[in-house]
Amino acid sequence: MLPKWFNEWNRDNPTNIYTPGILVGVVGGAVLVAALLVAWGQPFATNSLQTGPRGTGMSVPEFKADLATPDPAIEGVMENPPYIPEGGEDLAGDIYQNVQVLGDLTDDNFNRLMLAMTEWVAPDEGCAYCHGDVDISEYGNDDLYTKVVSRRMIQMTQNINENWDGHVNANKEVGVTCYTCHRGQNVPSEIWFRLGPVTSSTAGWSANQNRVTVQSQFTSLPSDALESYLLDYQRIGVHNLESRVSEDVTDPDVPTWQNTERTFSLMNYFSNSLGVNCVFCHNSRAFYDPAQVTPQWSTASLGIAMVQELNNDYLVPLKDEYPPERLGPVFADAPKAACKTCHKGYQQPLQGTNVIADWPELATTGAPEYQPATQ
Amino acid sequence: MAEYQNIFTQVQVRGAAEWGTDDQGTLMEDRAGTPFFSNLLGWFGNAQLGPINVGMVGIASIASGLVWFVIVGMNMLAQVDWSIPEFIRQLFWLALEPPSPEYGLRIPPLNDGGWYIISSFFLLVSVMLWWLRSWQLAAEQKMGKHVFWAFGSAIWLFLVLGLFRPILMGSWSEAVPYGIFPHLDWTTAFSIRYGNLYYNPFHCLSIVFLYGSVLLFAMHGATILAVTRFGGDRELEQIYDRGTATERAALFWRWTMGFNATMEGIHRWAWWFAVLTPITGGIGILLTGTVVDNWFIWAQEHNFAPMYDGSYGYGDYQSYESFIGQEG
Repeated sequence: MLPKWFNEWNRDNPTNIYTPGILVGVVGGAVLVAALLVAWGQPFATNSLQTGPRGTGMSVPEFKADLATPDPAIEGVMENPPYIPEGGEDLAGDIYQNVQVLGDLTDDNFNRLMLAMTEWVAPDEGCAYCHGDVDISEYGNDDLYTKVVSRRMIQMTQNINENWDGHVNANKEVGVTCYTCHRGQNVPSEIWFRLGPVTSSTAGWSANQNRVTVQSQFTSLPSDALESYLLDYQRIGVHNLESRVSEDVTDPDVPTWQNTERTFSLMNYFSNSLGVNCVFCHNSRAFYDPAQVTPQWSTASLGIAMVQELNNDYLVPLKDEYPPERLGPVFADAPKAACKTCHKGYQQPLQGTNVIADWPELATTGAPEYQPATQ
Repeated sequence: MAEYQNIFTQVQVRGAAEWGTDDQGTLMEDRAGTPFFSNLLGWFGNAQLGPINVGMVGIASIASGLVWFVIVGMNMLAQVDWSIPEFIRQLFWLALEPPSPEYGLRIPPLNDGGWYIISSFFLLVSVMLWWLRSWQLAAEQKMGKHVFWAFGSAIWLFLVLGLFRPILMGSWSEAVPYGIFPHLDWTTAFSIRYGNLYYNPFHCLSIVFLYGSVLLFAMHGATILAVTRFGGDRELEQIYDRGTATERAALFWRWTMGFNATMEGIHRWAWWFAVLTPITGGIGILLTGTVVDNWFIWAQEHNFAPMYDGSYGYGDYQSYESFIGQEG
């Protein structure tokens, strides 16, 4: 194969080719990587949001590339300024049959909102999704569950904007509309249902955890955190506020490490819902200490109370209105909301886009107050 | 020509298999397996594999441990309705959990921690028998019982977690789940529930000894490898007949930090650091929930939880809009 002189020369001159080979490879590779980094910069650059005093390590990191990319859903927020009533117009409640909410609106604003709701919730099906494929004179009928549910959802939206102002307008006017959750879909994403025990072969603490479920956010933490805290008002805090306390863990009122896992499950859900980590709200060295939390903690606490009210006063009572395919897989329960239903992974839904400015009709439970546009 | 180095490229001398001393004529009784040689093993340690001295205690330990293992596995399998694909898919999520808290120290139903108690009994027997075996094998060779006591320190932590602390707390529910992710969940929840275990001084000590063990291991390993060329890897000879390898190693550390361990003493350092890791850790666990219920507040009371000056919120960015670049 190879010439004889070549093989002979190699035999007579044994040379270590591996050491220089490896050396050149390693050093050359390192130089190449260093040159690429210098030329193109760090490919995964991050920015950090410091959320607490220096020395506490409180920081929420994000990739610069992610920060530079706005939430694509913001494009779906349409500008649609209201018609400022001049007084004396006929109101929707007088013009149309069976207008139980929004009756204080002028005809123009009423139809403007109806069309917007179609875009927000049923862009493909149109008016017929709630009113049925009937003549417009029949639109007052409550034949379809979708219409009954959406009436309640309008009341819920008004309630959120008016009475939970401290949560949805915590930093500035943001508000919520149907679009905040629905995003053009009949059923919003990130709704949840009760799950109950996740195994049939075990009971008690063994039966509520250690399974890959949406409710546990795919962790082995308890899958019943959302129903325990956001539906049943169970106590989230697990800490003793004195260093030494006499208590009995078999007492159901004494929080155990199992209760802590459930709280952890809720908190992990929070983190995923908002795209943040623990230290966005807490100083992780003392999770319980209200003197060592960020202002966001207060906003989030209001959010918990808000979701409890939304589920218990608005969403759960609608159970009997829904057809079976809209109900939960285990308990046939009504679909429920939580942080992620609105936030969808962002610190503020739609990255804090003001969605309520054009919709004074949804901003209050009473008659809308129109003001000339200030923006 | 192969070089004599003492890691990875050891010259693998092959002769008759080494059977060990037999000065009492009893050593052959418990031997199992015909020894053989493996090139691969020789790259990492001794190329000879076997024979093994299992003994009745060892067999009982393995059998008992196997019972524990099978109970845990069968419980996991039952939780996925005996579906092998689901068992594989969710293996890291599944666990055999301790009983619910309401049962206290009573015997719970099988499906709510009963199997956990039964399996834990077998695990206890298995571990204690294996501990006994480490004494027996050392005694048979007329060795010191250092391995036995070192293993005992790990068993102390194991017993604190699964036996002593649950009894003091009055509930088997306080024990640690048998599962890959679930035992990590327990660890996190345990720390959070009791106000942050990092402020538990015994946890601090345990970390010191753990990281100290790692550091000592690296320092000692590096030192011996560095003086192997002077015969330093023959550590026992160097202990009773100090040679130039020891002199150089000692001088190196005296130059570096003014102090050096001795050829024998370094092994006492390493043994105590390793052994104190679970001993101090176990004390810390035992005090948690029994004596101290919130370690952060305890630390504040004892003046070692500093307060930091500065504001909480969005920091230099001032607002969310500024962070995501929507402002300006």
